Amino acid sequence: MIEQLPVLVIVIPLMAAPLFVLIGNRKLVLLLTQLVCWTVFGITVSLLSRMQYGPISYELGGWPSPYGIVYNVDYLSAFVMLFVSGLGAIVITYAPKSVEREVHHSKHSLFYASYLLCMTGLLGMCITGDLFNVFVFLEISSLSSYALISLGKTRRAPLAALHYLIIGTVGATFFLIGIGLLYQMTGTLNMADIASRLQAIESSRTMLVAFAFMTVGLFIKMAVFPLHTWLPNAYTYAPSVVTCFIAATATKVSVYAFIRLIYVIFTPQFAFERLPLDSALMAFSLVGIFVASAAAIYQTNIKRLLAYSSVAQIGYMLLGISMSNVGGLTAGITHMFNHALIKGGLFMVVGCFALRIGSLKLEDLRGAGKTMPLTSFAWVVGGLGLIGVPMTAGFVSKWLLLTSALSLELWPVAVLMLLSSLLAVVYIWRVVEILYFSPASHLAKTAKEAPMAMLIPTYIVIGFTIVFGCWTVYSAGIAHAAAESLLGITQMGGVQ
Amino acid sequence: MTDFLGLYNYWIVIFLMMTGFYIVIARENLIKTIIGLNIFQTSVFLLYITMGKVTNGTAPILTGSHSGESHGAESHGAEGHGAEHGQELHSAAEGHLESGVEVVTEIYSNPIPSVLMLTAIVVGIATTALALALVVRIREEYGTIEEDEILEMDRNS
Repeated sequence: MIEQLPVLVIVIPLMAAPLFVLIGNRKLVLLLTQLVCWTVFGITVSLLSRMQYGPISYELGGWPSPYGIVYNVDYLSAFVMLFVSGLGAIVITYAPKSVEREVHHSKHSLFYASYLLCMTGLLGMCITGDLFNVFVFLEISSLSSYALISLGKTRRAPLAALHYLIIGTVGATFFLIGIGLLYQMTGTLNMADIASRLQAIESSRTMLVAFAFMTVGLFIKMAVFPLHTWLPNAYTYAPSVVTCFIAATATKVSVYAFIRLIYVIFTPQFAFERLPLDSALMAFSLVGIFVASAAAIYQTNIKRLLAYSSVAQIGYMLLGISMSNVGGLTAGITHMFNHALIKGGLFMVVGCFALRIGSLKLEDLRGAGKTMPLTSFAWVVGGLGLIGVPMTAGFVSKWLLLTSALSLELWPVAVLMLLSSLLAVVYIWRVVEILYFSPASHLAKTAKEAPMAMLIPTYIVIGFTIVFGCWTVYSAGIAHAAAESLLGITQMGGVQ
Repeated sequence: MTDFLGLYNYWIVIFLMMTGFYIVIARENLIKTIIGLNIFQTSVFLLYITMGKVTNGTAPILTGSHSGESHGAESHGAEGHGAEHGQELHSAAEGHLESGVEVVTEIYSNPIPSVLMLTAIVVGIATTALALALVVRIREEYGTIEEDEILEMDRNS
């Protein structure tokens, strides 16, 4: 049983989803979905706790490694799976009231089934050691997220979903072209096998083209500036619960796939020395951070504001990756985790506002601090985390990033990072001012405090942003171990 | 020149890819965009299938390593064309002559890219079905499938 854990992470939600469509009873399906999500979370916790005994490799169907599909669990994949399944579980616990209001009753069991499929896809991308399998899981998670986004209440939701579908499919197809070219070069789809065979090949044009296609494909999925255009609409018009889950996890899993691409399949030497990807990445991240943060300041819809902020935050993660040393990589991975918590928490707060006020326009939220004090306070705490105030999770990752930039003597980058945090102060403060210091709008006057069933999960997530701001053994500590093993692998590969 | 003609499959792939991509970018009609997306995906299927083909290779179906009766049944089941079929039977017979030893005298094409594409085709169909379903909903809400008209309506509302 214990040795089957890696495959159960995928099999349980994957099998549950079609079963839940057949069951069709929405109360029962909701209960079972929560059960499945928490079970998967339990499994990922136990996988991560096993990491001290070394990475796990699971051969599917007993086929030996380069021929069959393998599932690899190491520090990095276990860590990413942990927060994906953890946020998935907590968001689904928070979900019922919000889904009740925002999604039509007849679609509830389908909604929960798609939610599970989306989680399966994201977890699968983390765990699989087979490149084509990554594409399949990418498409599973993408297709279900398109469907989830289109369930939004407004008529713009299907259009936003279609735009995302078109851009997302182009991205996934680019990734597929890259896989094809790599297969043509090496004749294998196993990541470790590809890596060892690419060592023998000096460097050819096919390799460059494959790398370029895969990078651009993943950039689209990550919503790196300037390929982020699908994201604001998709996040804004999706049901609140979907936004919580997707904003917290989907883009991070693509960042994870990108880390794997650079550090496991190709080598950092290839990506950063042969190709000037590090300086390109740094430029894109910094421009993205500033443009998206500035755009966030001018938004009139609170969800769209956070969506632009997400585009900016992806920049910090890539900035860490582009530094290509243990410190930078640790910062990038830590920020994946911290930002998942912070943005998940903030979107959960927005979901509470959506439930009680029914509008997400900033002018309708005026004065909600008096009628919904707990929800508004959660925004303040989460917002401090997003800015990176000391004692919050956001501070930890920004501090790591800053020290890493300084150790590389990248002074301009360090200065720009600090300046960009000021932009975050502006857009977070703008909402705080509207919540607390503006005359109440007629919608906010009659609003009630959000129900405890939603507030408690929100406060758990927001609470964790404080916990991981003070106590970093299980965030930065694991990220450090993951970064060391990633760089260790490539160094060993170089010696061979 | 022979390089150019010899790689004609790849030229077709690139032509289809660019055609599809252009349609996705340039067309305002949502259905046409989806058609463009399909052409784009199809070009990738072709790319994979092309790379799986080995010169003079036959369909990767086992023949000749079994007894006469079963080999007849197997090559009967092969969906090859006349020429390939004959070649298979021929080489199968060769294998049969040297019975007892497993001899693979044939060159097989690589089956894996084709198998991968079966999966990718399924993904493509799912994507198209979902996209069309979304277009139906957009048509119900807006009464049009021209993107510029939809955006115009959103701007005014």
